[in-house]
Amino acid sequence: MRVGVSWLAEVTDVADGATAEDVAAVLVRVGLEEEGLHGGDVSGPVVVGRVLSAEPEPQKNGKTIHWCSVDVGEEEPRGIVCGAQNFGAGDLVVVSLPGAVLPGGFAIAARKTYGHVSDGMICSTAELGLGEDSDGIVVLGELLGAAADGVAPGDDATALLGLDDRVVEVNVTPDRGYCLSVRGLGREHAHGRGLDVATAFRDPLAGVRVPSGPGERDVVLADEGPLDGRPGASRFTARTVRGVDPSRPTPWWLRRRLVQAGMRPVSLAVDVTNYVMLLVGQPLHAYDAARLDGALVVRRARAGERLTTLDGVERALHPEDLVVADGAEGARAVGLAGVMGGASTEVTAATRDVVLEAACFDPVSVARTARRHRLPSEASRRFERGVDDAMAAAASQLAVDLLVEHGGGTAEDGLTDVGGPAERPVVALPVGEPARLVGVDYAPERVRALLEQVGCAVSGGPGAPDALAGAAAAGAGVGAWSVEPPSWRPDLRQAADLVEEVARLDGYDRIPSVLPRAVPGTAGGVLAGGGLTARRRAVRSLARALAEAGLVEVASYPFVSPERADALGLPDGDERRRALRVANPLREEEPLLRTSLLATLVDVLRRNVGRGADDVALFELGSVALPAADRAPSPRPGVDRRPTAEEEAAVRASVPHQPLHVAALLVGARTPRDWEGRGRSADARDAVELALLVGEVLGVPLTAAAEADRPPFHPGRCAALRVAGGPAAGAVVGHAGELAPRAVAALEVPARTVALELDLDVLLGALPGPPRPGALATYPVVKQDVALVVDASVPAADVEEALRRGAGLLLEDCRLVDVYAGEQVGEGRRSLAFSLRFRAPDRTLTGAEVAQAREAAVAAAGEATGAVLRGS
Amino acid sequence: MSAPNKDFDPVQVTPLDAEQVEGAVADALAAVAAAGDLEELAAASRAHGGDRSPLALANREIGALPPSAKADAGRRMGQARRRVADAVAERRAVLEAERDAAVLVTEALDLTQPTSRRPRGARHPLGLLVERVEDFFTGLGWSVLEGPEVEAEWFNFDALNFGPDHPARQMQDTFFVDPPEDGLVLRTHTSPVQARALLDHGAPLYVAVPGRVFRTDELDATHTPVFTQVEGLAVDEHLTMAHLRGALDALVVAMLGEGTVTRLRPAFFPFTEPSAELDVRCPVCAGTGVVAPGAGARAQGAATAAEEAASTRADDPAGEGAPCRTCGGTGWIEWGGCGMVNPHVLRAAGVDPERFSGFAFGMGIERTLMFRNGVQDMRDMVDGDARFSRRFGVEV
Ligand SMILES: [Zn+2]
Repeated sequence: MRVGVSWLAEVTDVADGATAEDVAAVLVRVGLEEEGLHGGDVSGPVVVGRVLSAEPEPQKNGKTIHWCSVDVGEEEPRGIVCGAQNFGAGDLVVVSLPGAVLPGGFAIAARKTYGHVSDGMICSTAELGLGEDSDGIVVLGELLGAAADGVAPGDDATALLGLDDRVVEVNVTPDRGYCLSVRGLGREHAHGRGLDVATAFRDPLAGVRVPSGPGERDVVLADEGPLDGRPGASRFTARTVRGVDPSRPTPWWLRRRLVQAGMRPVSLAVDVTNYVMLLVGQPLHAYDAARLDGALVVRRARAGERLTTLDGVERALHPEDLVVADGAEGARAVGLAGVMGGASTEVTAATRDVVLEAACFDPVSVARTARRHRLPSEASRRFERGVDDAMAAAASQLAVDLLVEHGGGTAEDGLTDVGGPAERPVVALPVGEPARLVGVDYAPERVRALLEQVGCAVSGGPGAPDALAGAAAAGAGVGAWSVEPPSWRPDLRQAADLVEEVARLDGYDRIPSVLPRAVPGTAGGVLAGGGLTARRRAVRSLARALAEAGLVEVASYPFVSPERADALGLPDGDERRRALRVANPLREEEPLLRTSLLATLVDVLRRNVGRGADDVALFELGSVALPAADRAPSPRPGVDRRPTAEEEAAVRASVPHQPLHVAALLVGARTPRDWEGRGRSADARDAVELALLVGEVLGVPLTAAAEADRPPFHPGRCAALRVAGGPAAGAVVGHAGELAPRAVAALEVPARTVALELDLDVLLGALPGPPRPGALATYPVVKQDVALVVDASVPAADVEEALRRGAGLLLEDCRLVDVYAGEQVGEGRRSLAFSLRFRAPDRTLTGAEVAQAREAAVAAAGEATGAVLRGS
Repeated sequence: MSAPNKDFDPVQVTPLDAEQVEGAVADALAAVAAAGDLEELAAASRAHGGDRSPLALANREIGALPPSAKADAGRRMGQARRRVADAVAERRAVLEAERDAAVLVTEALDLTQPTSRRPRGARHPLGLLVERVEDFFTGLGWSVLEGPEVEAEWFNFDALNFGPDHPARQMQDTFFVDPPEDGLVLRTHTSPVQARALLDHGAPLYVAVPGRVFRTDELDATHTPVFTQVEGLAVDEHLTMAHLRGALDALVVAMLGEGTVTRLRPAFFPFTEPSAELDVRCPVCAGTGVVAPGAGARAQGAATAAEEAASTRADDPAGEGAPCRTCGGTGWIEWGGCGMVNPHVLRAAGVDPERFSGFAFGMGIERTLMFRNGVQDMRDMVDGDARFSRRFGVEV
């Protein structure tokens, strides 16, 4: 909401000399956040001038400029160059003299141009900040009309036109619909200054006299489809003004206020309705009476009904849309109620008789219609937030008065007024409630006074029974107020709402600061002892470990294109193709939510490479969305009570599975080329090692096994990671390896990109308890090496696993130390050398014991993998 | 070599002559001193202290002396041989030290040659900042909870007192999962975890909830459609707005440092009543709303014919400074929304609003990183450029 300070000052006491900044500071104190300050940035000599002569001078560039002599009230006229064409000798214009600064920081100085010294500037509407749509010169006679009489050259144009009037723009929160008006802002401004509204605020509706007789235009409220029992229109007034002169312009000051508020002047009738809406917050609509047929009927739209709205768009109406209609039994829709009028009955340049509508429409009905037709309007914005239902007739009267005064019309004596204000709810406010919620001990008189400032009718108080609860009260701090909120505050519905009013008007800066003492463990369960959950702790350790391992953490948006699944090479039917779709995606081409982190992490990789990075190692921790194949709609149980266990379970179950994943991508050097050597490129083994590191950090060891069929991975360079032991043993938690060449090409990432992605939910669900290290053996260690020859196709992990199993409990460690393939071991075979360490916890091992364990290990490997001792 | 003086003939044996012994010692000491390395020293030691050295030979003669002279000669010879041995040991220590030093010199490395053996990684600063906030709250005894990013509309809106048609629902530009009637959204805030936590654990409850949230904003320097929030929720008996302010004040000091100026300003959120916005005084312009003079002059183009013809303009001579971009010239930065938990929210979560009260707040981590760490462009936080994370390392 934007308002010029001068207009605001008409309805409320603004401090002497207050700047726009000061006004904004007052408003922010009561919750109206400053969105910006506009206009008024004119300084220096800007005066009225009379054009004495204007000689056209054609230029080589095809333009014609005017060399003007302008009387600015000085002894001698000034010579000024002007390029505009819409003025002539004798016109009164606005001249900015050297030293003036116009909106946008334009400083005026005498300068040579087109062969003349231009000693000032004749100003246009846009240059003075009076409007954005005109590049014509301001001709005061046209602008001010009769008000231009008596204006003389040399007069201060800044004061004359209010050029230095600044506009305050504030953000109005959805609960404060009444602040979408100068009336509302004026009241709030008085609150912000701590002034008594009775004296500091002048309600524009106060004292407006409304006719009581019946009106000319019949109105029928015929809503047969109320939403949740609320009628579409609770009140509808109509007023006719005849004989308006369509050639009469809107007065300059009124147009100026519309422009300051960000609205476009259109015609007197429309401008007046907009002006009154800005002033008091009542949306009004003006119909051309001659184009209306009979009574106005408020009803729901009929099946198949269409309406062309004022913006020229023909709309198919929905049976829930509330319309205003005319004709026999309301056959023709002439407007979307509370949203936008229809083109067929629009006020035109020929309109002489006007019917003014001021009504009160159901916020929900208006909101749905505006949303359904994507038609947010100044009217719908106000109705959605709730319009004071007591002011329709008075607001209409303000508009009538303006039309009569400036359009020369005659108002009908009567008023059609159907329906009426709703009954006000009474809210019980326990006397101690403000202190209980705010922590400030407000005196009861203070609470009452503040609520009355807001406009509430307050009765009861300390010692008075809670009228609603019927509880008898006794003693200080008990009892309740009965509070009837004013008609413009439909948002005040419960005690907490009133508490906010008290705290807000008293000032949030009066609230003390007290650090609360949490009682750890009070909520039991996972919260016992407070602090991080085991899951959060584990994820932290993991992130740090990966960073220490040389990976850089990034976060990508979860949005992907459907084509990404193709690029990744996911086969039809792959469950990763089953993705949730965003109905209103940020980018039309990326409507899906990722089912794997790699799907979006590759974009980050590409961005890094595109920016010149050669060696990139990235990881991301984030969730993916894995919807079930058969998804039921999410239920929406009522919220006036706790949902039943079944309802709650159904809501929770409707939320798709979203496991936390970790993914990494590496390209280029793992250790870079430098003077020590050629470095080492990241390869699939790095990915596998990092994947194993994840398990290690979390205390859930993983094992790697070859996996030939897991896009986007290379079939020969991919390992599946499984949980090694414990209750989740054997569960596949993800994959690591090199991306398949086809995926590399489709994803446009560098060749030999390696990757990993693991589902952490499985691992986090298998987190071990506190580690139990046991006693450390201090007896001597015995080292033994064995070299085994196996078929080249036998995975080293299988051999190691068999060795470990065969060696038994005396084996402390087993490490692959050499891999050899060549003539000595024969075609299609390879030699794997392992270093074994044996130790007993309770004695020094004998040679025989070690030899026996070693033999058992070799035998087990032989049995499991066909391994034979090399050289035997 | 003389024959043993078996019959103790008191004849002065020549090699035991004091002068001769002294001479042999002097020769030995000279040879030891002259030894340039350990090998030469070994040779000198052999020549002057070995079995066949003059002193050794002389020593043998002692037996031939008359008993009366034996003691004296023995003492003299002992001293002489000790002097030589001491000199050798002393010289050996010197030479060994020299040798060791020489070896170390040859083994010297230029350790200023930079290496790159350990790949350097980094955390993302948003994650690090979240951890800082978590640590603050766990320090107060609060718990840290999480919730899903794709969320039921009921949790995201209904349970938080957003009426189905209330404009507040439109206030948060929401991503809907298709079809929208199915009631799933990308959560617009971390607040749905309030309802989940209250349903799960009841009151009293003190929790902080970090997480990613989504709004249909276009990405630009100060907005991102996917951003990070940390939510705080405390529900207990006797909690007031004063406790809210106390918790936030402590958080502000923990995150932004002592002396940070804040204000609470009335605001509106459906799930809190009373509601407030916490503003932090802009650290860039110190609350003045204006940054250094001279930055204010704008490029000026000819907007109208009149303006072009009569463009008697000069660049902004006033030099009053430009509006601060960090705070939009208001001098205050909106840091987070907060308030007392709306009784409707408590009721929908099965908590008795007449017995319990509570406060909640949420704040944006991206914004915090912007003004806490002077990040100018929010796009740097979402691009995933590794250079950005690297500038933070593992601390923020
Ligand atoms: Zn600033």
